[in-house]
Amino acid sequence: MLDRTIAAIATAPGEAGIGIVRISGEKSTEILKKVFKPKRVMDIDDIPSRTVVYGHAVDSKGAIIDEVLVIIMRKPYSYTTEDIVELHCHGGIVPIRRIMEEVLRNGADIAEPGEFTKRAFLNGRIDLAQAEAVIDVITAKTETGLNAALNQLEGELSKEIKKIMEKLLSMLAHIEASIDFPEHDVEEITAANIKNMLLEAKASVLELAESFDEGKIVRDGLSTAIIGRPNVGKSSLLNVLLKENRAIVTEIPGTTRDIIEEYLNIGGVLVRLIDTAGIREPEDIVERIGVERTKGAISNSDLIILVLDASDELRQEDNEIIDLIIDKKVIAVLNKTDLGLVIDEEYLKGLFGEDNIIRMSVKNRIGIDKLEERIKGLVYHGKLSVSKNSMVTNIRHKNLLDRALENIKRAILSIEENIPIDLISVDIREAWNSLGAITGDTVEEDIVKEIFSKFCIGK
Amino acid sequence: MEYTAGKYDVVVIGAGHAGSEAALACARLGFKTLVTAINLDSIAMLACNPSIGGPAKGNLVREIDALGGEMGINADRTMLQIRMLNTRKGPAVRALRAQIDKKLYQDRMKRVMENQENLQIKQTEITRIIVENDRVKGVVTSLGAIFECRSVILATGVYLKGKVVIGEISYDGGPNGLFPAAKLSDCLEDLGIKLMRFKTGTPARIDGKTVDFGKMTEQPGDRDINTFSFMTGDMEIDQLSCYLTYTNKGTHDIIRKNLHRSPLYTGDIVGVGPRYCPSIETKIVSFPDREEHQIFIEPEGINTREMYVQGMSSSLPEDVQLDILHSVKGLENCHMMRTAYAIEYDCIDPTQLQLSLEHKKISGLFFAGQINGTSGYEEAAAQGLIAGINAVLSLRGKEPLILDRSEAYIGVLIDDLVTKGTNEPYRLMTSRAEYRLILRQDNADLRLTQKGYDIGLVSEERYKRYLEKKNNIEREIDRLKKKSISMTEDVKDFLMNRGSAEIKGGISLYELLKRPEIEYGSLKEIDEEMPELDRETAEEIEIMIKYEGYIKKQLQQVEQFKKLESKKIPENINFVDIKGLSLEARQKLDSISPANLGQASRISGVSPADISVLMVYLEQIRRSRGGEQAGKQENTD
Repeated sequence: MLDRTIAAIATAPGEAGIGIVRISGEKSTEILKKVFKPKRVMDIDDIPSRTVVYGHAVDSKGAIIDEVLVIIMRKPYSYTTEDIVELHCHGGIVPIRRIMEEVLRNGADIAEPGEFTKRAFLNGRIDLAQAEAVIDVITAKTETGLNAALNQLEGELSKEIKKIMEKLLSMLAHIEASIDFPEHDVEEITAANIKNMLLEAKASVLELAESFDEGKIVRDGLSTAIIGRPNVGKSSLLNVLLKENRAIVTEIPGTTRDIIEEYLNIGGVLVRLIDTAGIREPEDIVERIGVERTKGAISNSDLIILVLDASDELRQEDNEIIDLIIDKKVIAVLNKTDLGLVIDEEYLKGLFGEDNIIRMSVKNRIGIDKLEERIKGLVYHGKLSVSKNSMVTNIRHKNLLDRALENIKRAILSIEENIPIDLISVDIREAWNSLGAITGDTVEEDIVKEIFSKFCIGK
Repeated sequence: MEYTAGKYDVVVIGAGHAGSEAALACARLGFKTLVTAINLDSIAMLACNPSIGGPAKGNLVREIDALGGEMGINADRTMLQIRMLNTRKGPAVRALRAQIDKKLYQDRMKRVMENQENLQIKQTEITRIIVENDRVKGVVTSLGAIFECRSVILATGVYLKGKVVIGEISYDGGPNGLFPAAKLSDCLEDLGIKLMRFKTGTPARIDGKTVDFGKMTEQPGDRDINTFSFMTGDMEIDQLSCYLTYTNKGTHDIIRKNLHRSPLYTGDIVGVGPRYCPSIETKIVSFPDREEHQIFIEPEGINTREMYVQGMSSSLPEDVQLDILHSVKGLENCHMMRTAYAIEYDCIDPTQLQLSLEHKKISGLFFAGQINGTSGYEEAAAQGLIAGINAVLSLRGKEPLILDRSEAYIGVLIDDLVTKGTNEPYRLMTSRAEYRLILRQDNADLRLTQKGYDIGLVSEERYKRYLEKKNNIEREIDRLKKKSISMTEDVKDFLMNRGSAEIKGGISLYELLKRPEIEYGSLKEIDEEMPELDRETAEEIEIMIKYEGYIKKQLQQVEQFKKLESKKIPENINFVDIKGLSLEARQKLDSISPANLGQASRISGVSPADISVLMVYLEQIRRSRGGEQAGKQENTD
């Protein structure tokens, strides 16, 4: 448990300039003494906290494993508030693994996913929202995403939440006072006051909740599906976009098959392409499951790029697909304009809006930039709000904010219906609880377990 | 010269509100009980306010009654006025408050105790408690009498080393001119019990003949007579009124000019006073911008003209008190019959007790009432009842009765005391209860009478009444759910007269009753099958239906609460060794030794992160024990 000394390889596997083994816990410096020989003769215990010491990592026989730089961060001024030791070695797979082995042999246990950050939380250095922000900083794929995560890590979101919580608490105090000291209470004034305070709180919570739509896109990316009937040029469009805008490709092992997620960075907007494997399969293979696959992609997406053959009339298959996407945000790409413009453009403008129709010729590289512009435009409504103080990027937070909002709205409605004020305090308290669950101020059982299970090892 | 004077199962020290409830409970449960008081004229004395009830306190009285205690019945029989407070707020915070005839209240309680089988009363001062091997063995009086017993309940109120302070004068004294208990505190300290020093105060009593009521606002009682006890039924009384007046700038000036003579501000009083019941001088200092403070003149009894000056508790010198009184409208010529005073006293740190009110280290030693740092008659009586019940359950070898925060205000009270402690006289308020909607004064019997019956404290008569009420309610609610009505002419008129919306299609009476403008009683206009139910039952049904949504919400919150409460902490756990707990948390957990995670989370200084740490730790222990079991299994296979 917390009395274990944990260790992990903190850097991503693979070849790199530096690899770091991080150790946290009581035995950290003891272990260091066994696996590290400083170049200059010195007592490990005398090394000042947060300085860099040059030396060698050694095995049990004293043989050198690698040159290392060592940093000791003594408690309580460290990431976890425990003693932390970091060994920085060459980032090859072999040296770092061997150092890790020696560390484990000398008394450390392997850290669980997220355990370092979990200890930072359990030891009270950061709250829950900040802990979650750590993972967001690491996985940020765009600068906007990074900024939003850093903001949350700094505690900006927590500050906003706490401000609202205080307002709610003072409302509860007002109500309690009026109940416990009825001789001093003027009912009409109390109800009117509380209603005003609730309206203020509602506005604050709404602002945060609404920021999530943007926030989610900033953090997770705009999930986008490219759909259309066979042979309209989906895969060529994809290739062009990827060539010019590819962000990262990550492989995520799935249960039945490997899913490949592809990301584009279009002018700062992270676009996450859904199910590109569906597009990649050779189009002359009859896809019995084609429609099912398309439906799945559509329901999971924030944006649909509908590819149509501009040189042909709308076919039945096109119309079937259009029926499926009628409630979604759609950009219709009229591809193959190099072969002519036959398709009923006016009809499509009527369906999707004039701005969402893009004439394109992938072959001749015409219209690609217009598509990119439109994607950006749809996301930010023209304004890019990197400077906004707190953006909610996390769906757990969004759900809790929605719950708080629901309760505040119900409280306001109840006051208007002249429901007794002490009942309204039940709704206000629920709202307060929901907000507290974001920062971890109100204890909700398995939240901690759930959150830290999403972390990866070494952080 | 000490001599053996008798043998009892339980000895109750003190016969105030805590002591009398404890003594009656033990005796009624069949155990031989002795109750002692330094002066038998102090039995069930209302030393301060001549009233019982109010927000949260009224709930306590109902709960005491539901469990088979005496306070509710006694109050009903001796009340001078009855009012329901917070009537325009929800049912969860409505509070019953009665003005009480002090003398009659005491007389009746003493009579009940004298007539109680298994109970003996003695005027004597207990100066020592005999403890051997951490077990209570008996008590010794100032006259050398030794009473052997298996259990002791300390209900000494404000008598322990009592010191009366009036301005520059102070002397050893108990409340209201009675003797204090000088020696018992020393014995407690010798037993290793940690004491605190608190203070409380009481205002002057004035001669009603000399009051000009014409200058005040009369506050009569309610037209509808509500009662505390579920057993009382309909009652008629001739009510007396209270009178409202105010202090003014002149009053405040006098007080300010004389603060240097106030023992609170000169440091002569060391004990901490109650924040929610401040003296008049504290009010002036704490709220300097208020131009007037409310003063209520309350009758103390039908056979006396003494009146109580509510809102003017004070420890200022007597001459200043007179000036203050005479500056108030209507009191210009009043004669002060009893002087206001402050009293300092010893009490114990209640975190030394278990939730059963038994001392954590000394078996058989229970504490109840103001000695635990509470204020108020109702708080004391509730503790007395629980202490009495648990002393008996312990002697029977059974588990104690512990009510939790979602079951009763009594639970809130005891949990607050034992888990959080208190550094000023604790007063129960509705804001202290998280589940107010569930802990209503109207459903105390539905919550607690079964428990009282199972213990043996509830009479057959009361139990029958409770069962009948419970069944009637369930039956009627069921009927209302099943009976539906549609838009007939009668129904249309009925709804229109009440400004209620039309019904589309059929709707059950249950759904209809949810509308705030529809009263249960009025339903008989459109429902011939409506049964004749008494007012109490009808009210209960109405509340349960109208507030169903909110009640359900609160019940969900209770479920969450119970989850943490059910995570028990093993007794032999060593908090000091658990890494990851903050230093403060370790100390607090170690000293209070909570029984479950829920209780632990309420200790001040224990944060949610600490609770997470504990959760993980307990899970690990559980797993390793499970592993041991599994290991054992393998060996035997």
